[in-house]
Amino acid sequence: MPDLGAYALEVGLAYTVSIALLVVLVWISVAQARKAKASLEQAEGRLKDG
Amino acid sequence: MSFWEYANPRRFMGLSDRLMPPLFLLSGICLAVGLIWGFFFTPDDFRQGSTVKIIYLHVPSAMMAINVWIMMLVTSLVWLIRRHHVSVLAAKAAAPIGITMTLMALFTGAIWGQPMWGTFWAWDPRLTSFLILFLFYLGYVALWSAIEDPDTAADLTSILCLVGSVFALLSRYAVNFWNQGLHQGASLSLDAEENISDVFWFPLLVCITGFVLLFVALVLLRTRTEIRSRRLHAISLRERAA
Repeated sequence: MPDLGAYALEVGLAYTVSIALLVVLVWISVAQARKAKASLEQAEGRLKDG
Repeated sequence: MSFWEYANPRRFMGLSDRLMPPLFLLSGICLAVGLIWGFFFTPDDFRQGSTVKIIYLHVPSAMMAINVWIMMLVTSLVWLIRRHHVSVLAAKAAAPIGITMTLMALFTGAIWGQPMWGTFWAWDPRLTSFLILFLFYLGYVALWSAIEDPDTAADLTSILCLVGSVFALLSRYAVNFWNQGLHQGASLSLDAEENISDVFWFPLLVCITGFVLLFVALVLLRTRTEIRSRRLHAISLRERAA
């Protein structure tokens, strides 16, 4: 770990919160994409079956 | 082949399916390299100490916050002029990414501002225009959710996007118009004397590249989701009518 001196809390907080925000954004986007794909496949299946 | 052929959802789905995996991979590599390089292997600034390491998150997220809105402006204009659904769905897909980037820029700016300026927040031209841009992003998403008819929602959100562009541009150029703010001028400049030192500049460039690639990958993924949701909506309307 680099020596962050008196500003360790500020730098640590900035990195932790920002990386968490990016991870949550990617996770939500992937989860929504999977859900939409599955729902559409189900609906198109119903449509084919008549 | 014309660029406009990608406004066809089927073609867009085919192209985006091929582009997404390498884009996610490259963005992950750039972000990991840039952030590790910046955090572990760059020196402290003689005046700002270790807080200078916040630059690798603050500058790319602030740049993206503005540029995502500009991208939304362009795609909204394409919708208003040419009525291509994929373009307005791309704008809708980009908005939550813009919200995240604006929030990240505001948060890292506040955390950085406290030790450097002695305050988390000041009603400085750049900070204030950024806060208004954040509120415009929220308003844009809320407007999409509030209107049931997708084409009416697309029209109204596109107009909102045009209005909000004033604040996106103000966020970028406010420091040039008004000099009384706390926020300094641009950290990045083509003028070698104004630009930050190379030791900070190179890892920052890698981080910016990572943020841009992540945005492109995410906007493709989220636009695909919007296209599928729209198709699902159409099927459920047809089923209800039958």
